[in-house]
Amino acid sequence: MKAPISWLRDLVTLPADVTTAKLAEQFTGVGLTVERIESTESPVTGPLTVGRVLSYVDEPQKNGKVIRYCRVDVGPEHNDPATDEYPASRGIVCGAHNFAEGDLVVVSLPGTVLPGNFEITARKTYGHISDGMIVSELELGLGEDHDGIIVLEPGTAEPGTQAQDILWTADEVLDIDVTPDLSYCLSMRGLAREAAIANGVTYEDRYRQQLPEPADGGYPLVLESERCSSFVALTIEGIDPTAPSPEWMADRLRASGVRSISLAVDVTNYVMLESGQPLHAYDAAKLQGPIRVRLAQEGEKLTTLDGQQRTLSADDLLITDDSGPIGMAGVMGGEDTEVTETTTSIVLEAAHFEPTSVSRTFRRHGLPSEASKRFERGVDPQVPYAAAKRAAKLLTTHGGGQVTAETIVGSAPAAHSVSLRSGLISDVLGTRVEQDETLRLLKAASIDVTALGDSLTVTAPSWRNDLVDPYDVVEEVGRHVGYDRIGLKLPVPPVTRSLDPEIRDRRAAMRAVAALGFTEVLSLPFISLAEVDQLGVGEQDHRRSVIKLANPLSETHSYLRTTLLPGLFSAVARNTSRSLTDLAIFEKGKVFFDGGEPDAPRLGVAARPTDEELAALDEALPAQPETMAAVVTGNWKPAGWDGPAVAADWTHVVAFAEAAAAAVGVELDRRNAEMAPWHPGRCAELSVNGIVIGYAGELHPSVIAAYKLPERACAVELNADLLLGHATQGGEIAPLASFPLAKEDVALIVDEAVPAVEVEAALVEGAGELLESIALFDVYTGDQVGEGKKSLAFGLRFRADRTLKDAEAAEARQNAVQVAVERFGAVQRA
Amino acid sequence: MSGPNDNFDPKQVAALDAAAVEGYVADALAAFSAATTTAALKQARLEHAGDTSPLALANREIGALPPQARKEAGQRIGQARGQVNQAFAARQEEVAVAELEASLVAERVDMSLPVATGPRGALHPITNLIDEMIDVFADMGWEVADGPQLEAEWYNFDALNVPQDHPARALQDTLWIDPPSAGKLLRTQTSPVQARSLLTRGVPLYVVVPGKVFRADEYDATHLPVFHQLEGLVVDKGISMADLRGTLDHLAKAMFGSDTATRMRPHYFPFTEPSAEVDVQCFVCHGESVGNPDAPCRTCRSEGWIEWGGCGVVNPRVLKACGIDPDVYSGFAFGMGIDRTVMFRTGAPDLRDFVEGDIRFSRSILGGAR
Repeated sequence: MKAPISWLRDLVTLPADVTTAKLAEQFTGVGLTVERIESTESPVTGPLTVGRVLSYVDEPQKNGKVIRYCRVDVGPEHNDPATDEYPASRGIVCGAHNFAEGDLVVVSLPGTVLPGNFEITARKTYGHISDGMIVSELELGLGEDHDGIIVLEPGTAEPGTQAQDILWTADEVLDIDVTPDLSYCLSMRGLAREAAIANGVTYEDRYRQQLPEPADGGYPLVLESERCSSFVALTIEGIDPTAPSPEWMADRLRASGVRSISLAVDVTNYVMLESGQPLHAYDAAKLQGPIRVRLAQEGEKLTTLDGQQRTLSADDLLITDDSGPIGMAGVMGGEDTEVTETTTSIVLEAAHFEPTSVSRTFRRHGLPSEASKRFERGVDPQVPYAAAKRAAKLLTTHGGGQVTAETIVGSAPAAHSVSLRSGLISDVLGTRVEQDETLRLLKAASIDVTALGDSLTVTAPSWRNDLVDPYDVVEEVGRHVGYDRIGLKLPVPPVTRSLDPEIRDRRAAMRAVAALGFTEVLSLPFISLAEVDQLGVGEQDHRRSVIKLANPLSETHSYLRTTLLPGLFSAVARNTSRSLTDLAIFEKGKVFFDGGEPDAPRLGVAARPTDEELAALDEALPAQPETMAAVVTGNWKPAGWDGPAVAADWTHVVAFAEAAAAAVGVELDRRNAEMAPWHPGRCAELSVNGIVIGYAGELHPSVIAAYKLPERACAVELNADLLLGHATQGGEIAPLASFPLAKEDVALIVDEAVPAVEVEAALVEGAGELLESIALFDVYTGDQVGEGKKSLAFGLRFRADRTLKDAEAAEARQNAVQVAVERFGAVQRA
Repeated sequence: MSGPNDNFDPKQVAALDAAAVEGYVADALAAFSAATTTAALKQARLEHAGDTSPLALANREIGALPPQARKEAGQRIGQARGQVNQAFAARQEEVAVAELEASLVAERVDMSLPVATGPRGALHPITNLIDEMIDVFADMGWEVADGPQLEAEWYNFDALNVPQDHPARALQDTLWIDPPSAGKLLRTQTSPVQARSLLTRGVPLYVVVPGKVFRADEYDATHLPVFHQLEGLVVDKGISMADLRGTLDHLAKAMFGSDTATRMRPHYFPFTEPSAEVDVQCFVCHGESVGNPDAPCRTCRSEGWIEWGGCGVVNPRVLKACGIDPDVYSGFAFGMGIDRTVMFRTGAPDLRDFVEGDIRFSRSILGGAR
């Protein structure tokens, strides 16, 4: 809501020392946040000057245009001296034709700077020196009229006068963020009242008059829907359709961000801004039969003022006449009955419509308007008549004519009362507010209050639809008391807890992978179907179970991600394009899978839903597991003074998973697997206790090509919920044996397809209890072991709670080998 | 080697006379002093104290002396050998120390060389700030809760006193799951976790909720369609706005320094009544840039205060919808934008950098791997 200060000061007499800045502070202090203070002063600098067109010559051009070469008197200070050819004046080329010799125009002489930092200079054009420019409203930022140049009223000023002061009225405008609860402050009337309260002065309400009893005799009205509670129609006849809006009105509308159109339209807008009551003017000559307010029939059509034909829903409330719909109630009028430059008789509408009905209609049709904004938040139901009368007065004052008839139907609802315990105010605010202070503050806001014992009964004025619950009254008192008065207290939970283990584990996993060298990035969780396709996943793959957004931000990325990888790939591309090519990045975030869940039930709010209802709500929500994923490209370690580069490879993404797992006390099992988007021979399935939690490895070359990733890029993605679900706490610590260690090495030749981890498991199994640890220290393939074979060399360390004899260690080693031989046909390498 | 000296002949045992022995000792000491390395010293020892050294040879001649002369010569040689051995040990110590010192000098390396064994990792500033903030609350004994991001409309709106067709729904441009009639959306705020916590954890409740939220908003330097909030909720007996003010003030001081002030301004949120916005005093200029064009403040744009978040007393309607008796319990709630907090705390100029993945962003802050 934009509030011109001159308008506010017209409506309420404020103390002399209340500056605009002070007023802004006061408004912000009571919850009417002033976003900024604007100025309506001229944005134009330099010699913007009034000129009189002395003569002009129309000169047709080769491009078909006809330009005018004008001699313009811009005052003695600016005129070129008289010559034989021309009197004292300047020569200016102009493309517009809406002026005559002798007209007063506005000239931007060289040196003038127009909005947009556009500096005027003398220039040669169409065979003349154009020594300035005759300007339009658009060029000055005054309006959108670019059909012609500005022609001032005769006698406005002498040529040579600075034009800024004529075209702009210096005013300040408060741009206020009006919250939905304070809907009455979407009016100068409401803001003036708040200013009066803040400064302790009285407020004379111009719109004090309540809605009168119904009256016929004017334009016939029929209310056929309860969604319209009252309707006032004033018939005004004999208006001069050419009468312009007074300058002050146009200025205030402009300052309020509303375009000046015509007197009739300007008056309805002006009174809406002042009273908060939206109004509409119909051309009486175009109305056919009684005005009926009714619900639309499904599929009915209405062409609204913006020229768009709208197909209506049975839920839309309409203003109609015998011809059909003539307006969408509280949203926008129709084109057929709008006032035009020939309108001399008007039917002025001031009605009250149900907020939710207006809200649904304007959203359905995407038609937010100043009227719908006010109706959906609530308009004072008592004000329609007073507003209509004020508009009629302004219209007849400036356009002639008179009100010839009035019709009033419907009524305003009774005032609403709420009772509360008087101590509630102090209890909730946490500061002592004495009863007389409460009464004084409420009464200053025209809120009726009676105190009876421990109880307050508060009756809200008609414009305060926000005062419904006891806590609303607490806030009303609180915002005027000021929150600065409230002291500071630090509440302490009766039972204190330490950080949830789950959060500690998540944090540990994140820190572990960061410490390993991975940089966390975030991406937007939206994905396209093409991105899923490019991963090369199968038709039945769960990553195709995408959830679609109804109103996506981008048509291509209209689904929720089922994998973090495309987001990471985009981050790789972003970094690569900035010449950052050695990457180890990761993201943690949710992914979403459509499991065909049912619609979410719509539960009530009057009381706690049952456990069954709450369970049904949760069952309607799709799975959205927390996921961690990482990508490495380029070098893990670049070539340095201490050695050659280490290329990023599958071991680093596996290390990512293992670091995250180790941080929460989990050991991962790993085996070869085939899974898109990974290289079929270089993909590890990661599992915990037999439950697969993710995959890691080198990406498939075709995926690398599709996403234009660096060659040999590697990735890992795992379900963090599953991983953290296996987190271990505590554990056991055995006595540390200090007897000598016995070391035995063994090299086994097995088929290349046999996983090293399984050979190791066989050795562990065979070695028995004496085995303290085992480590793979060499993998060899080549001539010495033969085609299709590999040699795996393990170091075994034996220890016991006594000194082991050589023979004991050798026997354990032999037992270990025996299991591997039996299981894999392993051959000991000499 | 000569045989036993049957006939005394002073000429034959000249090696044992005092002058000669002194000469041997002097030669040995000079040779030891001249040796500057362990190897040279070893050679000198071989020459002057070894089996074929003049002293050793002289020693053998003792037997050739007449018995009465043997004792004296023996003593003389013994003393000389003792003196030489002592000198050797002392010199050996000196040389070892010098050699160690020399090797320490020679072994010096440039300890400023980079020592990375792999890339430098970092957590996102959002993650770090969330951790920092929840620690403030965990230290006071609050719980940390989490909830779904794809949420039911009922939790995101209805339970929070935002009925259908209420203009407050339009304050937040909601991203709806298709079809909208299914009643599912991407949560527009962390507040649905308020209702979830009340329903599942019950009262008294002291809980803080960090998380991602979604709006159908612009994507530009100051807006993101996906951002992060931290939400706090307390419901207990006798809770008032003073508890809210005290809690927010404590958080601000913990994060921005003990001299940081906060203030509350009335505002509107459907799920709180009364509602307020909380501002934190600029922790850079402490308000001194206000009206002082000579010392403008980039952090607060010379306004002295920074808008931080929204808060208020939990609307009794929310408590009722969650089965809590508002006549017995009252509470407060607050929420603030994490991304914005990172922005004003670090001076990060463009929100798009938060989600575009340039690794330099997360690595900007020292201790990014914490």
